[in-house]
Parts: sequence; structure tokens; C-alpha cells
Amino acid sequence: MDAVVIRSLDPLIGELRSRGYTVVGPVSRDEVIRMSEIDAESDLPAGLTDEQAPGRYRLGPAGDGMFFGFAASPDSAKRFTQPPSRTLFRMHGETVEEPEEPAPKVALLGIRACDLAALAVQDRVFLGGRHPDPGYRRRRENLFLVAVNCAVPGGTCFCVSMGTGPRATSGYDLALTELAGPHRFVAEAGGERGAEILRLLPHDPATEADLHAAREVSRCAAEHMGRSVDTDGIKERVASAPESPQWQEVASRCLTCANCTMVCPTCFCTTVEDFTDLGDGTAGRTERWDSCFTLGFTEVGGAPVRGSGAARYRQWLTHKFSTWFDQFGTSGCIGCGRCITWCPVGIDVTEELAKLR
Amino acid sequence: MGATGRDGVPRLAVWKFASCDGCQLTLLDCEDELLSVAARVEIAYFLEASSAAGPGPYDLSLVEGSISTPDDLERIRHVRRVSRRLVTIGACATAGGIQALRDFADVREFASVVYARPEYVATLDRSTPISAHVPVDFELRGCPIDRRQLLEVVAAFLAGRRPVVPPHSVCVECKARGNPCVMVAHGTPCLGPVTQAGCGALCPAFNRGCYGCFGPMESPNARALNRQLRELGMSTPELVRVYRTFNATDEPFLRAGDAAADEAAREAGDAP
Repeated sequence: MDAVVIRSLDPLIGELRSRGYTVVGPVSRDEVIRMSEIDAESDLPAGLTDEQAPGRYRLGPAGDGMFFGFAASPDSAKRFTQPPSRTLFRMHGETVEEPEEPAPKVALLGIRACDLAALAVQDRVFLGGRHPDPGYRRRRENLFLVAVNCAVPGGTCFCVSMGTGPRATSGYDLALTELAGPHRFVAEAGGERGAEILRLLPHDPATEADLHAAREVSRCAAEHMGRSVDTDGIKERVASAPESPQWQEVASRCLTCANCTMVCPTCFCTTVEDFTDLGDGTAGRTERWDSCFTLGFTEVGGAPVRGSGAARYRQWLTHKFSTWFDQFGTSGCIGCGRCITWCPVGIDVTEELAKLR
Repeated sequence: MGATGRDGVPRLAVWKFASCDGCQLTLLDCEDELLSVAARVEIAYFLEASSAAGPGPYDLSLVEGSISTPDDLERIRHVRRVSRRLVTIGACATAGGIQALRDFADVREFASVVYARPEYVATLDRSTPISAHVPVDFELRGCPIDRRQLLEVVAAFLAGRRPVVPPHSVCVECKARGNPCVMVAHGTPCLGPVTQAGCGALCPAFNRGCYGCFGPMESPNARALNRQLRELGMSTPELVRVYRTFNATDEPFLRAGDAAADEAAREAGDAP
């Protein structure tokens, strides 16, 4: 189906809701853009933009009426594909029960090209190999993805360096480019699931001028990346630096708090915790987000393998930019910049990589 | 020691030392689970709940409060002798509590100002955690402790397993809960990155910075955090104060507070 122009998002939101989807989109809450349930386009943070820098995020007026005039929010799709915690099984005596995991139908409205790239990475992690995760598969299949092409990249964005954006090229059901004067969206379907919905919405064919304006949005965005990474030979460069003094230096600044891994849309590590009930003889096992920055993550025989902050930071960076290729055939980093913005002390992964040269 | 009481039910004791009672009240606050607890253990000694004090020995003793008087020194040895497992609960018992602020000053000087007859007050120069005096099987942090964690510790000891009480930062809980970072998004000073989880990231969930109630996390880097707290506008005396609260003499917080205090002294010396 060819690209079309839609004037309002309300018919789209309504159509998705009528198909049983909870529509989740950006909203302004506690001075941050969050991905939260929305009922109508009036819930979107019109006229707001963000300022992102290492360890700093501020939301403020943009002076326009645009709905998506901001960059990546702290929320990626991860929370929806890999919830922070889940019960793996419960047992009572000899009876073991594996609960059917909830896999709600969720339409993510306004996710970005970097987030789509992150989902593709997650797909390899959870669905590739010999042990695909059925819970992940069900949650993933129940996602409907409405991407929005970035118009205003953040100060910590580097998707251009990682080859993942700013324009969504695959992995979406629908992709929107927001245009001003008059306010409208160029909408493209990424497959039959999206096309089927798009045909039902009030729309006009996209003119050559509309398509040109949409391309210009992405071209301008690509020129306004806040950060860049030299990816040439990065896998070998990082792998060859295990003894670099840089790891000690960054460890003097690193809080080992794990925020970077928590906000990273591809960091997938978990731990399992066993519980026993007080009274009725029930036991069980839960899985929850963990991080290579915690000591428990590498505890073997009562002591951590990676005890120092330097060892833990090295592990994280080396996995993301080097051993991830060996393990999953892609980079673990998709250039969203969340780890830079949401590091409480503003450690900048792009700077750390540059220093490893 | 065979402490098990009636019908083979484990016997629980709850003890109080220098404290506000908030942590032992947490046990009574387990309203939905209290009947399950009472069904699984015999609450043999718990003066906050019942004046009927059953004799020892006890399978599990929960000890609240710090050691702050000569009498406490004797009593904690008795508690240890009559307890198969001893778990300390709350910042007073695990770190000396807010009353350990006396360690930074002269307690006799305080007493002479506060009391008409300070010679009647028998107190120690320092307020110390239980583990400074007797072996402790597990320390449950918090000011006050977290209800879910208390139930987890009791359940774990009853099952003979290690309690699941992760020592990582508050940030891990904060992100799992879906809070935005108050430091990054609002510029609010927060001790979360150097503080152990357990509270469920309660304060950041209400847009407040973490106060460090659960004490230092497993690998705190207070020096790095302090640089950022200064960037956010915190003065040196404020930095001293944020570390000198409920866990002031817990080693990493002690060092962080002392370092800031040294700096404050230098700043005062430099002042014209």
C-alpha cells in the first residue's frame, strides 16, 4: 500500500482499541515523557520537547504544536516484551504449576527507529538459538508497532553511527512522519497488518510534496545527532583493550548503580529468585531484571567473579560493542543514548569508546 | 540447641534495644500475613505484642535496636545465648541507628545540658550495631525495615534457606518500578545510587530523593556521587548531613560523611 496522509491520530487510536489493543503512547508525567496508556491524541504531549545531555533530562515547551517533538524517553519497548519480573513456576507439594504468562495486546504508538532496532536485537536474543522463550514470543506477537520517525534527536542520540535511524525502515506495522503546516502525518504500512488498518482510516493519498517533506524530516534529524561513535573496527578495538587503564579511570566515576543497563532497550539479563511461602507450603521461582553491574550477577561459591567496578564496566561495554557480535551476530548497542542521559553521573559511552582508541 | 516448642513449632522472640520500636511494629503491621506467621511459629517472646513472655531458648530471635548502655552489653549476650538464629532488624541494630550521631560528639556534654542529674544516666560513649558484640546470622536493613523483606527473612529462616535480600542499589528497584530518575530528570539530589535496595524505591516514586535509610549498597562509590551532588547545588555541610542520618557510622557512609566534613572544615578555614 502506498503512503497516505492522515490528519488526526484519533481514528487510528480508535481502530486499534476496537481491535482489543491497549494503546500506549508518550505522555508527559512528572516532567518526563513516559510510555503510558492513551485514549486519544489529546493525551499526547503536544508542544513539548526534551533537552538531553549526559546525566541530564529536562522537558520544556517547544513553541510548536507538534506531538512528537522529543527524542527517546526513558521507556523503551523492553518493559512490554520483557517485564521487570515474572513468575516462572509455583509448586505445592509435588504439584508444579507454570502460570500462563499474560501477553496483553498492546499497540505502541510513537516508538522510534532505535527502538525497532532494539526489538530486532531482542528477537535474536529471545527467539534465536535452541531455546526460544515462548513467553517473549507471545508478548512480542501481541505488540502492534506504530513508529514515528524522529524529527528532533536528543543530545545523546547516535543512531546514525549505529546505522539504526533516524528513519524507521523495517520492523513496524505503521510508520508515521509528523509534518507541520498544516499539521498532518505521512503514514506508511510495514506489512499487511498495518495496511489493513490504514485502509480503514480517513486518508488522502500522499503527494510528492508530502513525501519530500517527510524525507526532509529524516534528513535534518540525521544531521542533528548529539553524539557519534566511530564504529570502524569497533568489535576488534574493544576486544583488544582488556588491560586498558581506561577501565580503572571510568570505574572511579561509575556508581555501579546499574541504571545504564536498566534503561538499555537491549540489556536482557535476569536473575531468578526462589521463594517459599510462610504458611501453606507453596514454593516458587520468579525471574527479574538483573544487571552485570550487581555483584550477585557473577556470584559463584559465595564471591563475585567481577568484584571491581572496572571489571563490571569493562564487561558491559565489551559485551555491547564486541562480544555481542560473536553471540548474536549484531551490535548490542542501537544508539538511543539512554545509558548516557540516565546515568546519574553522566558517563558517556561514546566518550569511553573514543578513549579506548 | 533444641529450642522447638509445642507440637514442633519453631519459637520466635522479638527483642528491643535502643530504638523507636518501628521495626518490630513492622511485624504487627503484616496484617494479611500475621495469621500465617502465627500458625507457623510460636511467638514466644514479643513484649510489644504480648506481656506473656515465654522462656527460652528460641529458634529465631529478631533483634531491634543498638547497643547504647552498659546494661545492653550484658543483655545482648543473654539474647545470643538463648537464640538458635539471631537476625538483627533495622538501622539501629545493623548500623547503630540515628543515635550513633553521638559518636561524632561528646555524649557527656549532651547529658549535662539535657538532664538535671546527668550522673543518673548510664550510657555508653558510642551507639553500636549488634554485630559489634555478638555473632549475627543475618542483618535486615532499613529505617524502618520493609514488611515484605521481613516476611521473606522469616520464611527463609523457617525453610532453612538464604533470604532473598539483594544488596544492589535502589536504582534497580526504581527502574523496575518505572520511576523516572529524580536526579537526572529533576536535578533532585538522591542517595539511591549508593544505597541498598529494599524499600521498593519509595521516596523516588513520590519524586523525592533517596535518604539512604537502607544503608550503603554492595559497592558504593560515594566519592563519584558526591561530585554530582555538588553539581546539583548541594553544599558541603549538606553533604555531611545526608550521610549522617540513620546509618551514619556504617563504614562507607562514615567515610563519605567524614570526607565532606573535612572539606567543610577546610572551607571554614579558608573563609575570610
